[in-house]
Amino acid sequence: MVVTAPVLAVDGLSVDYITDRGAVRAVDGVSLEVAKGEFLGIVGESGCGKSTLLFAIARLLSPPAEIAAGSVRFRGRDMVAMDEDELRHVRWRDYSVVMQSAMNALNPVMTIGAQLKDAIEAHEPASSQKIRERSEHVMRLVGIDPIHLASYPHQLSGGMRQRAMIAMALVFSPELVIMDEPTSALDVVAQRSLMLQIKELQRRIGFAAVFVTHDMSLVSHFSDRLAVMYAGQIVEVGATRSVFEDPKHPYTKGLMQSFPSISGPKERLVGIAGSPPDLLQPPAGCRFHPRCPSVMPRCRTEEPPFYEEPADLVRCHLYDR
Amino acid sequence: MNADSAPLLETAGLTKHFRLGGYLSNRILHAVDDVDLAIGEQEIVALVGESGSGKSTIARLIARVYRPTGGEIYFRGRPLSAMRSRSEQLAYRGRVPMIFQDPYGSLSPVYRVSHGVLRALKLHRPALSKAARDEVAAQLFESVGLTPGSDFLDKYPYQLSGGQRQRVGFAQALASNTELILADEPVSMLDVSVRIGLLNLMATLRREMRVSFLYITHDIASARYVADRLIVMYAGHIAESGPTEDVLAHPKHPYTQLLLSAVPDPRAPISLPATSSVAEPPRVVDPGEGCRFRQRCPYAIEECALVTPRLRLLRPAHTAACHVATSDIGVPAKEQAATSR
Ligand SMILES: Nc1ncnc2c1ncn2[C@@H]1O[C@H](COP(=O)(O)OP(=O)(O)O)[C@@H](O)[C@H]1O
Ligand SMILES: Nc1ncnc2c1ncn2[C@@H]1O[C@H](COP(=O)(O)OP(=O)(O)O)[C@@H](O)[C@H]1O
Ligand code: SF4
Ligand SMILES: [Mg+2]
Ligand SMILES: [Mg+2]
Repeated sequence: MVVTAPVLAVDGLSVDYITDRGAVRAVDGVSLEVAKGEFLGIVGESGCGKSTLLFAIARLLSPPAEIAAGSVRFRGRDMVAMDEDELRHVRWRDYSVVMQSAMNALNPVMTIGAQLKDAIEAHEPASSQKIRERSEHVMRLVGIDPIHLASYPHQLSGGMRQRAMIAMALVFSPELVIMDEPTSALDVVAQRSLMLQIKELQRRIGFAAVFVTHDMSLVSHFSDRLAVMYAGQIVEVGATRSVFEDPKHPYTKGLMQSFPSISGPKERLVGIAGSPPDLLQPPAGCRFHPRCPSVMPRCRTEEPPFYEEPADLVRCHLYDR
Repeated sequence: MNADSAPLLETAGLTKHFRLGGYLSNRILHAVDDVDLAIGEQEIVALVGESGSGKSTIARLIARVYRPTGGEIYFRGRPLSAMRSRSEQLAYRGRVPMIFQDPYGSLSPVYRVSHGVLRALKLHRPALSKAARDEVAAQLFESVGLTPGSDFLDKYPYQLSGGQRQRVGFAQALASNTELILADEPVSMLDVSVRIGLLNLMATLRREMRVSFLYITHDIASARYVADRLIVMYAGHIAESGPTEDVLAHPKHPYTQLLLSAVPDPRAPISLPATSSVAEPPRVVDPGEGCRFRQRCPYAIEECALVTPRLRLLRPAHTAACHVATSDIGVPAKEQAATSR
């Protein structure tokens, strides 16, 4: 087996929001790796730190957020140590980011074509002929008629706006595309169609993807590996299939109990009682213990380490054996 | 119409058109065309379809936010157009309240979260004293799972999660003499893990408070979870309607089949089509004759471009508007599975 270096290696990453009530640790000691061309899904409820983690990886954090510890290696180089000038060379060209809401990320008073042109020119000088060719090419890639280069964001449907965002992320054929719930604002049919498109592009272009969502069912057929995040920490990580077929952490099991199915017998679902903790004062011991149906005495005081299961890493005392 | 045997709410030929581009323009957008639907007592009916298919317009017509362009709405057999007095209109609004999609925009940040409930109680149950109103409000909060209710009355919206805010919306809807709640995508902006609690709440309220729901969603899986009957909308028309389990087991309209195939289902084996379809639902401006789904339909025949399909009864209590769909009526049950596509 040829061992190739991962495209992305995050090690012990912690991020704090400095508030007047103290530091909120939104990401706490996260480690993960993404191989070349791999699709990593990150799932968890709102407020678990998913966006903060992605922003930290992309070096897009701004005050009051700051990286408190850890490293982010992109193609072997430590991004945490890079200054803005160095970052400008890699950001967008080697890795790009697709945000949750195109409505917020696109400029409402510029046409899609003008925004693509800006994005291209910010990174390399190019003739207008070349810019037009590349813009038309990426629009076709994401399934939008290049006619819409002349459209303003509000003239496009929600699904087309998200596609335009993805087109923008692909202008330089990056090696890594970081996506923060890019389909959450869409209805089910548009969401499905966008997911298929992303997967198809990933196969064709070969970029690695980090894809965040609160809806675990969404990535079931798309990601190679899955990381489950709770209260700033990764609590389970493994091959997507094995996490779905045999979820280990009680939180993962709860997430699996949250979405109704259209096939099979109709069963009553319970979801997960309660809500994620305030990260200013996370619970002692296992952070999930106040909501956990399998809680044991030691869970209240002792923080679980990662236990190694055959296909999975899981952070729960039930697997201490 | 006989008020005793009539359903709780019924629409006949309900139609809403919008004129595009001002009064001088003659381009007409057909948001809802010729919709017949009925909702029974203590029934949950799901109205399902992509964005733009006319679901919210139907809810707003029923809530009397819009006047219909054509057709009529009957509440307990009585046409809404005949409700002229203010008191009658107020009573109707109390019986048929609406819950909105956005739990963040629907509560004013300057009022306590009990404000809406207390105001509705004052309006619809003027006989209650102030102390009694507080008590009823606390009970209503409890009944939607905000416990202890008295603790929640004085909170401000920023102190509540999205799911809790949406529960406040349900409490508000229950504060009048509620019979039918129009719930327009009440969970689509919430986390998946929070949605299921609200769907369970709808089922509980139907049972315990004896109310009906028109549950609007684009997610047919959540519709299956709570609804007795499904109505599938496409581009302003009803495409298919019937008992939930029957529609899911025997979807007759190709559009219903598309909706079903879009649901991510981790329990299903992996089947990714080679290419993705990027088609979008049409905006229905000055439509001619013909099926509105035909451009996206893999089974379209010549007739589909010429004649608008009408709803036909294809299985017991189950109708679809498609020229190609086959009828299972009179077909022995064993063969039905094979013939229905
Ligand atoms: N500007 C901020 N100031 C203080 N805390 C914040 C700020 N933004 C986010 N947080 C905290 O970080 C946590 C994680 O937020 P986020 O990364 O947005 O989560 P997710 O994307 O999973 O919903 C939140 O629960 C919140 O406590
Ligand atoms: N007030 C309005 N003026 C003009 N067009 C409208 C108005 N309300 C809705 N529409 C149009 O009617 C169609 C149906 O919209 P809507 O009922 O909101 O659909 P849904 O709720 O299924 O997404 C859409 O094409 C929409 O643009
Ligand atoms: S460590 Fe304990 S509280 Fe935490 S998930 Fe496992 S069983 Fe539950
Ligand atoms: Mg987020
Ligand atoms: Mg709507």
